[in-house]
Amino acid sequence: MTLRRKWEEKFFHVMSGIITLAIVFVLVHLIWSIVAKGASLLSWNIITQPPKGTFYFGGEGGGFLNAIAGSFYLAIGATVLAFVVSLPVALFLNIYLIKYQRLLIGIRFFLDVLWGIPSIVYGAFGFLILMYLGYRNSLGAGIVTVAALISPIMIRAMDEVLKTIPIGLQEAAYAIGSTKTETAFKVFFRQALPGLATAILLAFGRGIGDAASVLFTAGYTDNVPTKLSDPAATLPLTIFYQLQSPSEDMQNLAYTAAIILTFIVLCTSITARLLYRKK
Amino acid sequence: MTKRKLIDNISSKWMVASLSFFLLMPLAIAFGLIVKSSGLLENHSIGNLITSSEWSPMDGEFGFLPFIVSSLWVTITAILISMPLCLLSAIYLSQFAPKWMLRFMHPVIDILAGIPSVVYGVWAVLVIVPLVRDDIAPFFHADSVGYCILSGAIVLAVMSIPYILNLLLEVFRHIPVELGEASLSLGATKWETIKKVFVRKGGTGILSAFGLGFSKALGETLAVMMVVGNVVQLPHSVFDAGYPLPALVANNYGEMMSIPTYDSALMFGSLLLFVIILLINIFFRYIIYKSEAL
Repeated sequence: MTLRRKWEEKFFHVMSGIITLAIVFVLVHLIWSIVAKGASLLSWNIITQPPKGTFYFGGEGGGFLNAIAGSFYLAIGATVLAFVVSLPVALFLNIYLIKYQRLLIGIRFFLDVLWGIPSIVYGAFGFLILMYLGYRNSLGAGIVTVAALISPIMIRAMDEVLKTIPIGLQEAAYAIGSTKTETAFKVFFRQALPGLATAILLAFGRGIGDAASVLFTAGYTDNVPTKLSDPAATLPLTIFYQLQSPSEDMQNLAYTAAIILTFIVLCTSITARLLYRKK
Repeated sequence: MTKRKLIDNISSKWMVASLSFFLLMPLAIAFGLIVKSSGLLENHSIGNLITSSEWSPMDGEFGFLPFIVSSLWVTITAILISMPLCLLSAIYLSQFAPKWMLRFMHPVIDILAGIPSVVYGVWAVLVIVPLVRDDIAPFFHADSVGYCILSGAIVLAVMSIPYILNLLLEVFRHIPVELGEASLSLGATKWETIKKVFVRKGGTGILSAFGLGFSKALGETLAVMMVVGNVVQLPHSVFDAGYPLPALVANNYGEMMSIPTYDSALMFGSLLLFVIILLINIFFRYIIYKSEAL
């Protein structure tokens, strides 16, 4: 082995290792720098009280319960709605269409493409529908838009799980006289349950963190929404607006809100991962 | 028996209805955006809209060139930054690293992918903007306030790493081990094998991963918008402020109802974004599909 070849090998081995470490470092640095900046303001009041004072210049205490509650309402509503349409699609693909492999490939291809559409386009489209129907920005409109955004992710994640169920199980269910629906909901659904839970959590995490789609559709308010037609504040938008505020107190609040959002999302993705590993 | 049949019937219909809904959704989006932007297209030709850089909504001038150019600057710079990083990291994880390292990195990649855009934005404002203003720009003898194309590109690069890296790891996993073993047995070093066998064999897959990363980055809104400066101009260097398309749409929806045809223009902006990203996605997904089918 010539010296040059040996050094090239060494160089790229070390170099690629360093880069991989750097990626881990970025994750740690991201979380650390936000926590370092916002942790001092973290208190019980901030998560249990709606804001007092005006929108841009807070500084009179109060927290962002409006955004936390709004985000949860929105993400949970959207996840439930997405689930109601996603599970049937995923089951349909793996039970009814299992014999039509070409069609199946086509639909999966299509869903992957759908996944690539940016959330701002969903937001703009949702807003357009709202204008057309003559409704105002509201929690309900936000839920529908976010549901449309996270459904392709949910379907594909569920599909990946259902795909692994052996066809023999399906045949066995038919052999004892089950209808397709019974096979789908009693056999497949139960068999894939942990994986499906992971899919739901993934979609939830994506939904609660997305801002561009709710920017147009959910609106913003200082109050906790009480019905679907109320506007709803969300954590990502709160962070965004607070950071743009000229007042430094308000900007500092944005870091605290960012800690809370990151914490929620981290819990979701770690739980999703643990569930899947158990299976 | 009839009750079971009935349930079966209803649930099948619901399944078909749900699926049709998703199949029709992109058509509905395209249709809605086209109808809404027709108000703008009546008085302006598409060619004129995307090549003019005259942007003053009050006078009815809608030139999208500054936004398109800014989007391209930010996205291409971001991909140029993340490309070598992702490729080397994917090579390390799939070829050099011990197995536990890959097991450790999978959750790290997932977590990075799950962090919301706005949190990346906050991090960028805290860390990237001062870095660009105080260190990177002076190093290149440039003057910058920090809110510029480069800051947007860096945060986009970081955000696209988990997405691209995941796709790349998938590509390397699909390459048969025997190919590498054949090369090693001929006396090639590990790196030579990677360079001449794996990267070449996975070429189309690698290209597609970057293509999809590009389209993902192109549609990214909030994190970029928070650090890119949002000034309507044709940027001349990465230290100039830019105004990408998604930021244009997101920033102005509030006032768009008060200026005539402004709403049409913003919907046209969304339409442009939608069509470009859809085409890129279809193209590269098709390449992946073809290379997997072989």
